[in-house]
Amino acid sequence: MARLTPIDVAYFKGERAGDFDVIGSAVQRSDARGHVTGRTVFFEDMTLPEMTHVKIHRSTRHHALINRVDVSGALAVPGVLRVITHEDVPGNWYVVLRLIGVGPDDEPVLAEDRVLYRGEPIVAVVAETEDAAREGAARVVVDYTDLPAVLDVEEALADGAPIIKQAGTNHFVYEGHHCRRVRFGDVERGFAEADRIIEGVYGSSPIEHAPTEPTGCIVVPQGDGRLRIHSNTQAAFFTLDNTALILGVPPTSLRVVGGTVGGGFGGKVDVIVEPLACIAATLTGRPAKYVYSRAEEMQVSSPRAAERIYIKDGVMDDGRIVARKITLYVDAGAYSRHSPYGTTKAAAHMPGPYTIPNVHVDAYCVYTNRTPSSAMRGFGVTIGDFALESHMDRIARELNMDPLQLRLKNAYRDGDMKAHRKIASGTALVEVIQSAADLVGHDLPPEYRAMSSTERSEG
Amino acid sequence: MALRHGRGYAAVNYPTGMNLGGDPSQALVHATTMGGFVVTLSSVDLGQGLRTVVAQCAAETLGIPIENIIVDTADTDTGPHCMGTFASRGTHRVGNAVIMAAREARDVMLQVAADELEVDAEDLETDGTGFIRLKGSSEKKINISEVALAAHFRQGRTISGRGIFLKEPSTPVPETGEMDPDSCQAHACTVAEVEVDDETGVIEVLRLYNTYEIGRALNPAIATQQVEGGAWMGLSHALFESTEPYYPGSREHGPVDFTEYLMPGPADIPAQTSVFLERPADNGPFGAKGIGEMTANAPIPAIANAVYDAVGVRLTSMPFTPEKVLRGLDELRAGRAG
Repeated sequence: MARLTPIDVAYFKGERAGDFDVIGSAVQRSDARGHVTGRTVFFEDMTLPEMTHVKIHRSTRHHALINRVDVSGALAVPGVLRVITHEDVPGNWYVVLRLIGVGPDDEPVLAEDRVLYRGEPIVAVVAETEDAAREGAARVVVDYTDLPAVLDVEEALADGAPIIKQAGTNHFVYEGHHCRRVRFGDVERGFAEADRIIEGVYGSSPIEHAPTEPTGCIVVPQGDGRLRIHSNTQAAFFTLDNTALILGVPPTSLRVVGGTVGGGFGGKVDVIVEPLACIAATLTGRPAKYVYSRAEEMQVSSPRAAERIYIKDGVMDDGRIVARKITLYVDAGAYSRHSPYGTTKAAAHMPGPYTIPNVHVDAYCVYTNRTPSSAMRGFGVTIGDFALESHMDRIARELNMDPLQLRLKNAYRDGDMKAHRKIASGTALVEVIQSAADLVGHDLPPEYRAMSSTERSEG
Repeated sequence: MALRHGRGYAAVNYPTGMNLGGDPSQALVHATTMGGFVVTLSSVDLGQGLRTVVAQCAAETLGIPIENIIVDTADTDTGPHCMGTFASRGTHRVGNAVIMAAREARDVMLQVAADELEVDAEDLETDGTGFIRLKGSSEKKINISEVALAAHFRQGRTISGRGIFLKEPSTPVPETGEMDPDSCQAHACTVAEVEVDDETGVIEVLRLYNTYEIGRALNPAIATQQVEGGAWMGLSHALFESTEPYYPGSREHGPVDFTEYLMPGPADIPAQTSVFLERPADNGPFGAKGIGEMTANAPIPAIANAVYDAVGVRLTSMPFTPEKVLRGLDELRAGRAG
């Protein structure tokens, strides 16, 4: 019997119309039996004759010029078939978001004359066995000239910081602006009217998606000249389209087969392994497999971005928040990947589920010489929620006010204007707070108990 | 020195769908000769149960048993475009596309049945068990298998449908940030109860209480799995995980395997008590909102706030390591001493 979270139907009674046969019932997950009996087929379960293996030689420097790359040692390893350099990649510069019109291309598939982070791929080695490929990659010799590295978001934006990006700034440019802005009301007037100002700064470390199954693919050349890509991508066409652009081939020459993934959490949205595996398969005419080792998954796959968030609130003594100013730095690492998108999402999420009349948000997508970060579950929101909700607790403590009452007092309701100027609808913050209070026996005074998301009656 | 208890609160909302929209998903539905219905997608099931929920949407819309549904995904040669599985969009986008495709197929199915039964299609209904019936009659009915055979071999019709869901892209106004970023918002409130050892700085999360408002729980068992797994991830994020423990000083100590990259084991998982509320979204499939990502978020600040409640230390950077707790306690003591 499945363990079910109960549904409390007392809330939103009138809105839950609908009588269903299958919807709302605990149909067993179609892949559950296969997973627990080991019969589910993942891309790596395929065994193909003549399959080759791709491994990468990676930068050992945070930021350096590449003077010379010597691949002779790799080619001397028995079983090594080919060495792939940037010269073998037709569309070497890319940004995955170009498919939705975001530019500029800022990342090479394989480094050319410079590396911007430790772990950046420089040379790919294709070999008969995984061991030979690994050995070959280890024997590539790169001669570097180290450059000053920028490892902190605020240092990267400071005057005189070394500019690491080709575009000329260490931040993504949003329509001519140095950050994604949200402007609502008059935040300075709000601060002037407030009884007190409460400030805080919050931060996070990068974290790993830690999927059970590492990122990878197997590419199989077909009799008709097409490439069949078996991948654990989270987005089949996104991978196909980006791979076609990098390879400079018509999208019809590729086919992505996937659909079963051993955990993604956003880590399998970047298009990293497929292009090089396709090039390896094309150069050798044989199936090619490129899968991250666990160490690569943890060291060089895009983590969740580290963020730093400054919050300054103007608060009345009765608990109303009348102004909120947020400065948010997302550490994109060395390359854009999905970070410009995630930063806009972060800006759109502010100031959280609260109706505040004056809001000012500057959300910066900042480049540093750290591992490129990218999408992860809660992209653009998770760290913001940590900051916002920690700050709400801080406000409640300073006002000596009940933390749930503070939230209810400021909760957004249907019809409220959000800071990004969309009218709120379908809100339910009030009710989840009331319900959670019940779960732990937290008393709410009648006026807070009587609040509703559907109508604004002041508590 | 003591084990000290605290309780903390957090409330959040979470947007469904890709930020700013512009993220379509398509579906095709067609009947096989004997009344199986294939839902063809290029959408990816990450292990969260997308295939199952999609089959439920198709079965509900077609009015046939779920055993008759086959979900075929993700092959770009056969499946129509899907933007991908991320942004809490799978159930919302794909579910809507499947419903649209299944409605079109259902209309043909009912027309074929009407011709076989020699009645008007408007007078027919499905019963969810595999029959199409004349409303109000217990005699006049036909099995969907017969309907499919008739379509293929007598009437020369394809029982098929096409669906797409697209939230049109919104472009932010650069000066003000005016934009339409989401399709709907799901909501959550978490209460965390912790025990903090003020000698070692170790935080143990004893209990998590969660209320989630998710529009509609299309499959309460799969939604429960999201809730419990998400809370685990949130707790892990709060207390354990970092790929750069000594950043910015050094990357030398970056983890390379699961013995170095710590995450909670069975003994670290708190008791969880959760409740769903349902406020159906008018643009969601059967009212569903996306819950995949949200479930990891509220536990993090709830735990931080519970630690403050327990020992008076405001944790401002994740993860909340014992070292940070001890440094905070040292500062408090120094403050008192001064």
